Amino acid sequence: MDTVNLTIDNKPVVVKSGTTILEAASGVGMHIPTLCHMKLDDLNIENKPGGCRICVVEVEGRRNLAPACCTDVSEGMKINTHSMRVINARRTVMELILSDHPFDCLICAKSGNCDLQDMAHNLGIREIHYKGEQSTYREDTSPAIIREVDKCIMCRRCETMCNEVQTVGVLSAINRGFESVVSPAFEMNLDHSVCTYCGQCVAVCPTGALTEVDETGKVIRALSDPTKTVIVQTAPAVRAALGEEFGMEAGSLVTGKLVAALRRLGFDHVFDTDFAADLTIMEEGTELLNRLGKHLAGDKDVKLPILTSCCPAWVKFFEHQFPEMKDIPSTARSPQQMFGAIAKTYFADQLGIKREDLVVVSIMPCVAKKYECGRDEFKTNDNPDVDHAITTRELAALIKLSNIDFTALPNEDFDNPLGESTGAGVIFGTTGGVIEAAVRTAYEVHTKKELPKLDFDELRGMEGIREATIDFDGLPIKIGIAHGLGNARKLLEDIQAGNSEFHAIEIMSCPGGCIGGGGQPYHHGDAGILKKRQAALYTEDKNKTLRKSHLNPHIIELYEKFLGEPMSEKAHHLLHTEYFDRT
Amino acid sequence: MPKIKLAENTVQLIKDICVEFENKESELINVLHQVQSKLGYLPAEVQEVIAKELKTSVAKVYGVVTFYSFFTMIPQGENPISICMGTACYVRGAEQVLNEFKRQLKVEVGESTEDGKFSINCLRCVGACGLAPVVTVGEKVYGRVAPTDVKKIIAEYHNR
Repeated sequence: MDTVNLTIDNKPVVVKSGTTILEAASGVGMHIPTLCHMKLDDLNIENKPGGCRICVVEVEGRRNLAPACCTDVSEGMKINTHSMRVINARRTVMELILSDHPFDCLICAKSGNCDLQDMAHNLGIREIHYKGEQSTYREDTSPAIIREVDKCIMCRRCETMCNEVQTVGVLSAINRGFESVVSPAFEMNLDHSVCTYCGQCVAVCPTGALTEVDETGKVIRALSDPTKTVIVQTAPAVRAALGEEFGMEAGSLVTGKLVAALRRLGFDHVFDTDFAADLTIMEEGTELLNRLGKHLAGDKDVKLPILTSCCPAWVKFFEHQFPEMKDIPSTARSPQQMFGAIAKTYFADQLGIKREDLVVVSIMPCVAKKYECGRDEFKTNDNPDVDHAITTRELAALIKLSNIDFTALPNEDFDNPLGESTGAGVIFGTTGGVIEAAVRTAYEVHTKKELPKLDFDELRGMEGIREATIDFDGLPIKIGIAHGLGNARKLLEDIQAGNSEFHAIEIMSCPGGCIGGGGQPYHHGDAGILKKRQAALYTEDKNKTLRKSHLNPHIIELYEKFLGEPMSEKAHHLLHTEYFDRT
Repeated sequence: MPKIKLAENTVQLIKDICVEFENKESELINVLHQVQSKLGYLPAEVQEVIAKELKTSVAKVYGVVTFYSFFTMIPQGENPISICMGTACYVRGAEQVLNEFKRQLKVEVGESTEDGKFSINCLRCVGACGLAPVVTVGEKVYGRVAPTDVKKIIAEYHNR
């Protein structure tokens, strides 16, 4: 391995050749500030346009300052990361950026979480010496994401996520010079584009240019309406990330405090989307076994592989980009929507109230869930199964707004009957989790034997595409896993070309799965946070008494009292859906 | 944005041009040049076909079209008039020439006359600075144009 010797701020450093100044400096504890640069380790995601020029450093013997993010180290380099010249240049660059940025920090949705704000603060900017024209652009509001392009600093991170990582291709820089903005084609609004609302653009935006639609006001209004019963469901990935919003270590499991906080916010019943995840496994697992059974019996018309359908951005992705394959994914609704459908029928009946008087709120790591719950097929008489979907971040805002000292809360338990869940439901929040949960149930239902081991390490990890073969008592089941829509696209193209040997494929749109969702606390470019959240979910799974969906007693009761059996007519009506060609 | 349906042979023409460039995304600019030279402009629907053929996103295609002032999404007149606004032409009075064209044809920059005969555009330097200010009409180049020449130039094309 070739190594390079250099000094950074008078400190001798030895690094691999091909290392950038930025990486070399971070190795010796010098964190050079960056705005446009973003590198998510393990996920193969990098944005390196070298555009913002905040990361400039002085290299002895070089006339100009060098951008640290895209300058490789060389032998004998002497680098100064904070000389007066460097600091002055950074401040000038920052002032120029701020001279074309709205000054509404105090009321901006991103305030307190804004990389630009933090950096301006760290650089000690107290005055903007440059006055000039400010670019203005109309605000674009969609069902899930708001674009306030005035606040864009052209870092191009969103473009990298939308094009290279997700291959959705909605966002691109358009026009030239001062007029340039990041926009969908023909400057159309997001809701007219093929945007999947995955929210990865929101997750990486360093300013308030891309944010989620804030629905906390609607939730507060529902909670203060005495004529409504308001219930809440919380997705698995939320419990592994919410603590970060209150200064807790990444990967802290806050399930008990989460329940306590929701109760204090005034929800009448605090339930768990994990319950619905168990229900999803019953339906999706049965569908898998049905299709597999027909396939093994020689039925040539049966569609394999079966693809998971929990992720609303993924559903919208294939509806736009692969409509000819819309009969391949499972017809099972997502856990959020299964929960809503059961809540507004089974549970409303138990309470003896009309569905219109029951408000279902969901806490999701996701912005696409806002769009999903508004889809027409999930409404009855114009009343949606899920009324409002708010993100993990919005829940944190609600908790802060309500003066709740989150870290001091006791641990409380979910209510029943829709709050009981198994470890299988918990791991739905990470890449590989849905298919592992499905395997646990499908194996036992198919073989009628108990699984010797519940942890399927071969399905876990952070690789973008993973595959494994699981032995179903002599029957090898081939499983594929993809997270990130670009990876999903590769598997879909294989299926299209007839080169896919998988029986089942799990797809999640966001890198890492829901733990890395667009509605989660901002990771600010630190992919290590996602790994910690992932580990937290596997810990929660391990700590559960029940770890297989089909053993959830309240799921068994739900089938006995209400649904009959998986894939029954009633289950089909309430828990399954259809897909549309959106081209 | 109103949708226009492209004629089948137009779609085929675009596809053929893409094939000429082996449907390579890296040839996008060349494809756009060729298509614009055949169709006169690059409406949204044309960009959609190109994006599909080159397997890239239509947002990217639109990004390139809007970046380069040479590309246009507005139909050009039969006789596209371009006034050079490069430094040399500008200091020698290109703006007055432009204003005279606008006044006489009663259109703004980027627009076409009602009869579709003329359109006006600005461009940056045609590399004939010695002839500044320069005006081109189609392929023909006019040098040292004064506002008083404008009427004569327009008349040359009016009676064709």
